[in-house]
Amino acid sequence: MLERKSIVSIEDVSTEEMFEIFRVTDEMQGSIDKKKRLTSMSGRIMSTLFYEPSTRTRMSFEAAMHRLGGSVISMAEPKASSAAKGETLADSIRMFSSYSDIIVIRHPLDGAARLAAKFSSVPVINGGDGSGQHPTQTLLDLYTIYHSFSSIDGLKIAILGDLKYGRTVHSLVMALSRFDVEISLVSPPILRIPDYIKSRVQDNVKLREETDLNEVLSNCDVLYVTRIQKERFSDMNEYNSVIGTYSIDVSDVDKMKKNAMILHPLPRVDEIKPTVDYDPRSAYFKQAANGVPVRMALISLILGD
Amino acid sequence: MERTLRISKIREGIVIDHIPGGKSLKVLSVLNIGEKSGYTVSVAMFVQSNRMKTKDVLKIESRFLEKSELDRIALIAPDATISVIKNYEISEKFTVEIPKRILGILKCNNQNCITNGREPIRPEFELLSRSPLVIRCIFCERNMGESEIHSSL
Ligand SMILES: Nc1ncnc2c1ncn2[C@@H]1O[C@H](COP(=O)(O)OP(=O)(O)OP(=O)(O)O)[C@@H](O)[C@H]1O
Ligand SMILES: [Mg+2]
Ligand SMILES: [Zn+2]
Repeated sequence: MLERKSIVSIEDVSTEEMFEIFRVTDEMQGSIDKKKRLTSMSGRIMSTLFYEPSTRTRMSFEAAMHRLGGSVISMAEPKASSAAKGETLADSIRMFSSYSDIIVIRHPLDGAARLAAKFSSVPVINGGDGSGQHPTQTLLDLYTIYHSFSSIDGLKIAILGDLKYGRTVHSLVMALSRFDVEISLVSPPILRIPDYIKSRVQDNVKLREETDLNEVLSNCDVLYVTRIQKERFSDMNEYNSVIGTYSIDVSDVDKMKKNAMILHPLPRVDEIKPTVDYDPRSAYFKQAANGVPVRMALISLILGD
Repeated sequence: MERTLRISKIREGIVIDHIPGGKSLKVLSVLNIGEKSGYTVSVAMFVQSNRMKTKDVLKIESRFLEKSELDRIALIAPDATISVIKNYEISEKFTVEIPKRILGILKCNNQNCITNGREPIRPEFELLSRSPLVIRCIFCERNMGESEIHSSL
């Protein structure tokens, strides 16, 4: 289904394909657990083009490709390479797609991955563009939820933090809106979710916007916490007025349901106190670990065997 | 019924009728008709109309329109009627239509959009809704509404 497809937006992945990815993710996790050596991508090359710093996304893509027996080539610091010499992204992509079988790109400009997919002769996976989309993060978020609750339908999901600039949130809200869920969006007023995302949420979804975390703590099944990203603010006064607005500590977690789950795309700063890590409801490290098998599944399904 | 022609007949050119009241100057501007163009143009603004509250009408002599110009006009005046005049008579009459894919005629208003850089592509939008007018950039996926579209044209 996903063969040779580029994944730029979460909307490029149908619900059916999503569950296919989850099924293959379980298999991949199984072979990681059994330390089974996979060779399905042997002879295949992935290029990772990160025009913006990333640790987790890039490393988990590279780990995924290596675990499948494939190889990875990476662009050195973009400042030192072609982008800095004034080459267009279109030209860079035409070149890099002749070097590899699949491209993973992260770029500071909105829509960069869509442009890359247009000029590439091989599939392109968006590793995050501007304040737009981050579809593989969403896949691993949903996989983590699905794996734990065995279903996404019926859940109450609270999303907390920077909902304006947080691209993981934008992809996640759009993907969740395909399911029968209740979403509570909790943020300071100036970091509310943009209208262009809200307008794409399907009508069947109950969506509430809150500023008070206590409104949602006691009844949510999933609490998805995000970092307030300093680098997205042009106005530092605005930034200073919202940092530290929310910080989850043990007393907050005590108010939550016993089987609830706390997620965070990481890295965290102050949004979740380290003491929370010892609570069984904290699932963010498991979530981060899921990044590898989910990406293995995605690569396998796109490149086939 | 307009009992008389407010403006005398033209021999050759185009009539753009049913422009929303006040928008004719914007239409002229997207057609690049201004101080230096030299075309003979009659402008009627805020004319009483049966179909619309008030409308503007443009009559431009010796000028014909290309497809991309019709698309631009449609984004400003979605109900505009175009009459092509040849030898004082209407030789062709049609209404404009906003295309489902809007290619190359306007810039994305998201400053962080890749299409606003030096890339070798034309901006491209998908029509989401005619009324109210909403389009979406196929690259950055941001929506633009009527006022943003008009200021970007
Ligand atoms: N030779 C001409 N010179 C200038 N304007 C003309 C000429 N012939 C027609 N027009 C104008 O072209 C427009 C369309 O003419 P038409 O006779 O179809 O008008 P109408 O019956 O009002 O049509 P509609 O239903 O589109 O309002 C009118 O605004 C009319 O004044
Ligand atoms: Mg009339
Ligand atoms: Zn755009």
